[in-house]
Amino acid sequence: MADFFLHTIVGLIILTFLKALALIVPLLILVAYLTYAERKVLAAVQLRKGPNVVGWFGLLQPFADALKMIFKETIIPAGANRVLFVLAPMITFGLAILAWAVIPVNDGWGIADINVGILYLFAISSLGVYGIIIAGWASNSKYAFLGALRSAAQMVSYEVSMGFVMVSVLLCVGSLNLNDIVLAQKNIWFFIPLFPMFIVFFISTLAETNRSPFDLPEGESEIVAGFFVEYSAMAFALFYLGEYANMVLMSALTTILFLGGWLGPFGWTWLPGPIWFILKIFFCLFVFLWVRATFPRYRYDQLMRLGWKVFLPASLGWLVLTAGVLLATGWVPHVSS
Amino acid sequence: MIATIGFYVFAVILLASATMVVTARNPVHSVLFLILAFFNAAALFLIAGAEFLAMILVIVYVGAVAVLFLFVVMMLDVNFAELREGIQRYAPVGLVVGLILLFELGLVLTGWHFAPSAAEIRMSPTPTALSNTAALGNVLYTRYIFLFQLAGLILLVAMIGAIVLTLRERGTARRQRIGRQNARQPEETLAMLNVAVGAGIDEIGILRPLPGPAPAGAESHALPHAAEPH
Repeated sequence: MADFFLHTIVGLIILTFLKALALIVPLLILVAYLTYAERKVLAAVQLRKGPNVVGWFGLLQPFADALKMIFKETIIPAGANRVLFVLAPMITFGLAILAWAVIPVNDGWGIADINVGILYLFAISSLGVYGIIIAGWASNSKYAFLGALRSAAQMVSYEVSMGFVMVSVLLCVGSLNLNDIVLAQKNIWFFIPLFPMFIVFFISTLAETNRSPFDLPEGESEIVAGFFVEYSAMAFALFYLGEYANMVLMSALTTILFLGGWLGPFGWTWLPGPIWFILKIFFCLFVFLWVRATFPRYRYDQLMRLGWKVFLPASLGWLVLTAGVLLATGWVPHVSS
Repeated sequence: MIATIGFYVFAVILLASATMVVTARNPVHSVLFLILAFFNAAALFLIAGAEFLAMILVIVYVGAVAVLFLFVVMMLDVNFAELREGIQRYAPVGLVVGLILLFELGLVLTGWHFAPSAAEIRMSPTPTALSNTAALGNVLYTRYIFLFQLAGLILLVAMIGAIVLTLRERGTARRQRIGRQNARQPEETLAMLNVAVGAGIDEIGILRPLPGPAPAGAESHALPHAAEPH
């Protein structure tokens, strides 16, 4: 049986399919409950109760919302570019799921263990902007277009500093493989020596996922709902879920790069690796929600200033510093594989 | 077997989408087809075993260059029917340029001699012990370091040039100086006054001078602490 799965093409395809399923189903459930968690956390911050009617403690709320979305009518505006209009939410959601192919949940548990895993993730996350631009353009609406333009500029800006932060992490690892990145943190998680970069990275992920306080692409008080103003029903739901799936993805990336992936703190192993990994993702997600509940939205010029004039020089400077320290102390990792 | 099928699939899509880039009526569709072409080129790199180049192609071209391209094309308001009318007129010129280019390429290729060891290197482009990223880095940052730096300098010059060309001081922009805002003390902007009942503050004469020809009615009642525009 094991032979069939590991050594024949059909078996390998079935095996990969099952692996992907085993990852995607929990991921989608997590995304569904993240919407619930967001409403509960916001409610707690604002001294409300949040959803508590559908199911015990409102636990069935995400499914009620999903049903509502499914039974709504999909409206395509008259002047819209039909193909691109429908394609855009699919791109957004598909990319958010696609990136999970390389995330290692435990030692060697990634579906694809590729040598350039971190570059793959960076590539996929930099593609996320297309869903938004295409949606904004295809809607043929000025508000949607304004949202799309904002988003394009914002995501391209913050990607730059994110890239430099990743490079300083990679300098300490000596490999682009996500598995190696986590294993390199056996002694110390990278958020301790690279703490400023951890902060820069986290804030950049907020901007990259268009989350508050950088949610200008959808700034509802200025441009109605930004790039998805014309969307309804399942197309809207896909954008909505795509945003949350991206949050989960970015939390996973933060966990892998800075919080030691599946490794327990202080070398603890009394919980299995995947549990640690999920707990760390939950922590990052909670901070996402906490930030949303706490901070007002940035003004656009301040957003650009922060990206280009603060984060870019800071991450570049820190990169040089990291390289210098590694060289001076002889801690440069040996590149073998 | 699978690699061969993959190669043909990606190569066909690459060529088809490259053709569509030129022939598509809508420029936005052209850019989207260009992106599709980039993707398929990346897939071909992957099949050839150059995973680093594949990822960099996607990150740089699709993730950054094409986004800005799309950005610009969407903002343009060009009448493409009008643009197309010129095709008849410019086609001969284009044809001549194309033919000259083809002729030159032919000259170069016929006079090209491969190094004796080239075929061997082509068969195994990466050293077996190293991953392709590490191998690339080893060559790029040692043997070709000066060329690498030169390429960087050229890009820097291009960047500075673009900034110089587009930066102009119009004098109308109101800049936010965050450092100055943070350093500001209450005493500089805030005055506590005991105003007699019914006197108002107009009589005391502490109103700030208005910035330029602003509408008088709207701002003349602003209190001193609201002086600095944010």
